[in-house]
Amino acid sequence: MSATATSHPAVGDRLVHKTFPPVTRHTLALYCGASGDHNPMHVDIDFARAAGFPDVFSHGMLVMGYLGQALTDSVPPNRIRSFSTRFAAITQLGARLTCEGHVTELIEDKGEKRARLALTTKDETGEVKLAGEAIIAL
Amino acid sequence: MVDQSAVGRSFTPVTARVEPGRLRYFLNTLAEQNPIYRDEQAARAHGYAGTPVPPTYLFCLEMMDNERPFEFLTELKIDLARVLHGEQRFTYHAPVVVGDTLTFKSRVTGVTDKKGGAMTMVAVETEVTNQDGVRVADTARTIVVRNQEPA
Repeated sequence: MSATATSHPAVGDRLVHKTFPPVTRHTLALYCGASGDHNPMHVDIDFARAAGFPDVFSHGMLVMGYLGQALTDSVPPNRIRSFSTRFAAITQLGARLTCEGHVTELIEDKGEKRARLALTTKDETGEVKLAGEAIIAL
Repeated sequence: MVDQSAVGRSFTPVTARVEPGRLRYFLNTLAEQNPIYRDEQAARAHGYAGTPVPPTYLFCLEMMDNERPFEFLTELKIDLARVLHGEQRFTYHAPVVVGDTLTFKSRVTGVTDKKGGAMTMVAVETEVTNQDGVRVADTARTIVVRNQEPA
């Protein structure tokens, strides 16, 4: 992504696009330690089954972490004013995630030119896992 | 079951230091290769006071350095096995870099029943300040409590 594209975007421009390798049990185990979120739901199949799920599944925040990575590949972290998401569906093992972000609005706030981005993370079937938004300074 | 009496409850503040080794573990886990997070000189050349943290890392810091990471669930008598993450928001006011010491102060701001009581949404908002007393961020999360077994 060129500096020009992120400093003078137009509504409809796709600023964010990245795909990630499949979510593995190993990644979930590492993320458990790396994030401090030791909820056994994501690493202990016995716990997940007792809770009524067929298997462990991804931390929502791992998926949001990937979306954040896709975002800061294009937008420097110090230009992100807000970043939010709704967790629309559980992300299962093996999911191959694609993150995208499009400009939906150009705005001015506190004397700063900003853009609103609509963000999504989908799996390989196209199911939306995360539906979010970021406000970035241009 | 968690109810309106939870609204306004606050929890023990958490103090977390942004440590380079723990940050590297997070970056490696997500295969994050962006040099801004890995090379302090690169970060300084881009105008940062130090190595910045990825946009979701504040959530991790609050959990990692919490003496009781699930205090909020325990205090509200919510079973960890019945919890899903519903929504997450970060609002950034000032940069956070390696070496900072952050304080997280959280409180419950809403409890809403959904689907005829099958689920309860609990909203928690957190103020994040740094070692200089600067408010660096506000975060907000919504936790979904499944009051019934999934079909």
